[in-house]
Formats: sequence, C-alpha cells, structure tokens
Amino acid sequence: MAVEQTVTITDATGVHARPATVLVNKAGQFSSEIKMEYNGKSVNLKSIMGVMSLGIPKDSEIKIVAEGADEEEALQAIIDAVKQEGLGE
Amino acid sequence: MSNISGIAASSGIAIAKVYKLAVPDLSFEKKKVDSPEAEVKRLKEALEVSKQELEIIKENARKNLGDEHAEIFSAHLLVLSDPELIKPIEDKIKSDNANAEAALKETADMFIDMFKAMDNEYMRERAADIQDVTQRVMAHLLNVTFPDPALIDEEVVIVAEDLTPSDTAQLNKQFVKGFTTNIGGRTSHSAIMARSLEIPAVVGTKTITTSVNKDDLIIVDGIDGEVIINPTEEELSTYKKKQDDFEKQKQVWAKLKDEPTVTADNEHVELVANIGTPEDVVGVKNNGGEGVGLYRTEFLYMGKTELPTEEEQFEAYKSVLDQMGKDQPVVVRTLDIGGDKELSYLKLPEEMNPFLGFRAIRLCLERDDIFRVQLRALLRASVYGNLKIMFPMIATLDEFRQAKALLLEEKENLKSEGKDVSETIEVGIMVEIPSTAVIARQFAKEVDFFSIGTNDLIQYTMAADRMNERVSYLYQPYHPAILNLVSNVIDAAHAEGKWAGMCGEMAGDSIAIPILLGLGLDEFSMSATSILPARTQLRDLSKKELSSYKEQLLAMSTAEEVEAFIKEKTNQ
Repeated sequence: MAVEQTVTITDATGVHARPATVLVNKAGQFSSEIKMEYNGKSVNLKSIMGVMSLGIPKDSEIKIVAEGADEEEALQAIIDAVKQEGLGE
Repeated sequence: MSNISGIAASSGIAIAKVYKLAVPDLSFEKKKVDSPEAEVKRLKEALEVSKQELEIIKENARKNLGDEHAEIFSAHLLVLSDPELIKPIEDKIKSDNANAEAALKETADMFIDMFKAMDNEYMRERAADIQDVTQRVMAHLLNVTFPDPALIDEEVVIVAEDLTPSDTAQLNKQFVKGFTTNIGGRTSHSAIMARSLEIPAVVGTKTITTSVNKDDLIIVDGIDGEVIINPTEEELSTYKKKQDDFEKQKQVWAKLKDEPTVTADNEHVELVANIGTPEDVVGVKNNGGEGVGLYRTEFLYMGKTELPTEEEQFEAYKSVLDQMGKDQPVVVRTLDIGGDKELSYLKLPEEMNPFLGFRAIRLCLERDDIFRVQLRALLRASVYGNLKIMFPMIATLDEFRQAKALLLEEKENLKSEGKDVSETIEVGIMVEIPSTAVIARQFAKEVDFFSIGTNDLIQYTMAADRMNERVSYLYQPYHPAILNLVSNVIDAAHAEGKWAGMCGEMAGDSIAIPILLGLGLDEFSMSATSILPARTQLRDLSKKELSSYKEQLLAMSTAEEVEAFIKEKTNQ
C-alpha cells in the first residue's frame, strides 16, 4: 500500500539544483521506493537527474508517492523538507 | 626554450612548473571486454576516486567561496551516486560486454542530450554539470588527470584558456605561483583577480595552452608581459635576479604603508582600493589603502544557482565595513550585471550588443525585486562603518532619481521595522557613460559624489569594445577626449562642493596619475597592489606644477602628444 501527498511549489525559481539536492539526499535515507510525479511524468526521487529532468516551475502541483517498509516516515520527511526549504506548501 | 608575449596583468615574477587547467584528451576506443565483472569494478573505482576529488573541491569551495557556492558540488556528488545513471551503465557493460568508457559515454550523452533539449535555459545549463562530472569519471577510467584548482598540492604556474571567477577564487597562493592565459586583457576578471591575490600573471598570450606541455618549467614575467618556456640556465639566473629586485622594490614601497599620501607640495589625495570580496580587505590593509573606492558586488551573485539572500549580502557588506573600521570610506557599487557578466539563473535573453544593452542600473530598475534586497542589505550594514553607495551605468538624471527613491523607500521601511540605519550615507554615481560626463554639472547638484569608471568610459567614448583585440589600439586612456570628459566631471563636482574619484585601471597608471593630480582628482581607487607604487610616485609630484599644465593638456590633439609631454615633465 503506497502513501502519497500533493504539494504546490511556491519558490520563484521552481525546483532548482539546491532544493533538489536536499530532497534527493533525504529520499536516499529511506528504503522505500519514492517517486515524484509532475505533469504526467513519474521519476525516482533518489535520482538527482530524474528530479531535475522534470523541470518543475513555480506554481506547479507535484505528487510524492512512497512505497515500502518505511513509507509513512519517508513521505513525512520529504514533505517536511519541501516546507523547510521554502520550496512549497 | 621559447618566449611568448602577452599582457602584463599582475606584476612580479613566477618560476615553477606548468599545471594545465584544461579538459584533457578523453578519446577512447570502443571495445568488447571479456570480463564484465572486472569492468564494473573498474567503473566503481573510477566513481569512487571522482567522489573523493569532488569532496575536496566542494570543501575548498566552501572555505573560499562560502556554503552557497559549494552547493553545486553537492549536486555533482549526487550525480555520481544517481541510480538512474549508474544502473544503465552497468547494464550496458553486462549485457553488451561494452567497456566502461563506452558505456559511460553513451549513457551520459543520453542525459546530456535530454537536458540540452529542455525549453528552459537553466535546465539546459545543467547539461554542462552532467558533462563536467562524467568527464571526471572518464578521466580516471583513462588514467589521465582531470585538473581543478582545488586539487593542486605543489608549486605550479597555471596555464589556461581563461580563468573563471570561481577558478581564481579557489587558487591557493601557497602553491599557485602565477598564471598565464590565452585570452583576456588588463581589465578582464582574471587580471583583476590576479592583482587582488597578488600573484604574477600574463594574460592574452593567444597560444600559451598549445605551446607548453605538462611538467615544462615556465617563467611568468608579470612586469613586462613575457612568458618563457623551458628557460636556459642563463635566462633562469636573469629572472631570479629580476624576481629578487622586485621583492626588494616591494620592501621599499612597504615602508610607506602607514604613511599619509601627500604630494611634494604637501597636498593630500586619497588612495583607496578596488575589491571584489570581503577577503580582499586583507590585501587593502597590507598595501596601506585608505579605504575602499570600489566594492564590486557582482561576485556575490556569480557562480551560483540562485540570487543571494538579504542576509548573505548583509554579512558580506558588514564584514567589509567592520574590517575597514568606523572612519575609512567604503564605496559599494550596486549590482552591475549584464554586459560580459551574465547570471544564468536570471534567464535574460541574449543580446546583440550586451555592453549597450540591458545591464547594471537598467536591469535593477526594472527588476526592483532584486535591487531592493541589495539596498536593504546595504542599509542594514551602514551602521557598521563609513558606507557610501554608488549606482553603475547611470545615463540620465531620471535613472539616478529612481534608484535613490528606491533606496529612500527601503530606508523608511527598515526604520518602521525598528532597524537601525545610518543617516550619513553618501549616494553617488559611477560616471562611465559619456552623456553623464558631458552634463556632470547638472548631476553634481543632486549626487553626493562621482566615481569615474574609466574602463567603460573609454570604450563608450571611443566606440571600441575593450574585449575585442583587433580594436584594442583605440583603448586610449590619455586621449584628449577622455581627459576633457574627466576634467569636466572633476570641475562639476568641485563647483558644487562635492568630491570626484576614479575607480578604473587608469587611476593606478603611472602616466595617468600626474595628469589626474593636475586635473584635481580627489580620490584614486586601484588594485591594492598599485597603492604603494602610486604613493611613492605622488611624493615626488607637485600638484601646483601639474595643475598649471591643465589647459595645455586639454587642448592637445592626440594621446601620444599627451604621453610624451607627461613623460618629459615627470622624468619617466
């Protein structure tokens, strides 16, 4: 059973290198499979190039999906990181 | 042995072996391997060494450039552990018996092409990041060195096409004795940085990268603009003597470090320094600078992936003011980006004539969201010292009025937030556009000071791009047209009881100094290393005598005439 949550990106430059680095590092700490979905595409959130390739601009809605043994904690940690980075809400 | 001439960018003599800062030959043969397991192991080892190098580079960037600049290397490190990159490479090795080089290249190229095809300039530039990191891995697979300033751990002279601001910021003076490049001039970034680091440099040699080999011994003569490759015994001893003499000369200059700047007839002028970062203040102090005449704030914005925050800027401005103390003036130039200095993350469209285009104050007035952040940081820092603010590239009075209005607006905002702001900040302008120099009298009624930026003033007056070597003969600081404009600006300032300074390269030039003294210039701002030679020269010059030549100089017809006249009068 996967868990998921949707967030809106509020940062003026969208998901650029610095916050992407934080999110990918965070995702790497969990054993669950974690995906980021945007605009009909889904990528591995443990892949910096995957995340960057989405080219997510300001005001877009993205979905985080986690599936695995620690999915609840993983999802929460990612959502917290998005907020802490001032990336979205 | 052979000699190559270039432009003397930073004085002194460096003798050491060559360190080429260039991407090495990464060509390889595509072939089938017998043991894919061994090949995967080879790939993993190359990835591991590359990561270790990137950790060193990142740590070095953090130390020299700050956390923000080091971030990009965190992203680079993540690329090297990216499962979406590593797995396809391993799969290719295992399924096709491909060699690691071929598998890496094919996979990396796929990602590079994907990013290049994206419709966003910022993302397209990330293709270069992927290329950078994967090239490093490739170099290790091929057993060649992939150079980086951070990895240097022995005495060398750096040889490169050009050096970026982040390259120069990472040079460790303990090991890097000098550098020489193919392109650039006295006013290019690499040259300015060399003088602020006080290491000898010769730029604009055109061919140095192809003329030297790894481990060649090389002499960089930053006094006369010569590079000597694999010198003979005789040349070596000649240059060692020249190096000694230069060191002795520096010691003579150093005696004037804490002396006031006075002319032979006891007139005081202010000798201040141009800086780019808070770290440069050490050099200003060591060279007896009486203040900072130009703090270029661009470096806070460059080599990054996003705009610097108000807090980050505040810390930098405060640091400079703190180090200079309560009284010594610090003139900060607000953001001067555009022209040859780009910021990729601002996503500005390319222009046909960037030097005549959307840059500096033009950009700041349109993007006041960016400008206000800088003004707030400056205002908050103002209570820590003697801050003066100047706006670059002012072409009309209206631009100055708009910029000043924004400054006053942010000042009121800060005060209503309960923050302290100095009430005595002088607000002036750079004079680098001829239109402004011509009507300096009208400007002088409203500004607190002028600082003449000669690098741009000369190129705009002579209509000659200073980056274009084919028209470099038109870059004539002593041209009577320039002298008339400069004189007009100084007179205009004095008529309103204001001061006039100069922050271009011309202010530190031994021919220009007597001319400018005679025209009545109040403040000379230059590379820190030029201050003591200038102070030495000024002690022998009489302001009264030089002032008497003013009308004569302004009426001359050519730069050559001016130069010959001054040389004769000052025994040069």
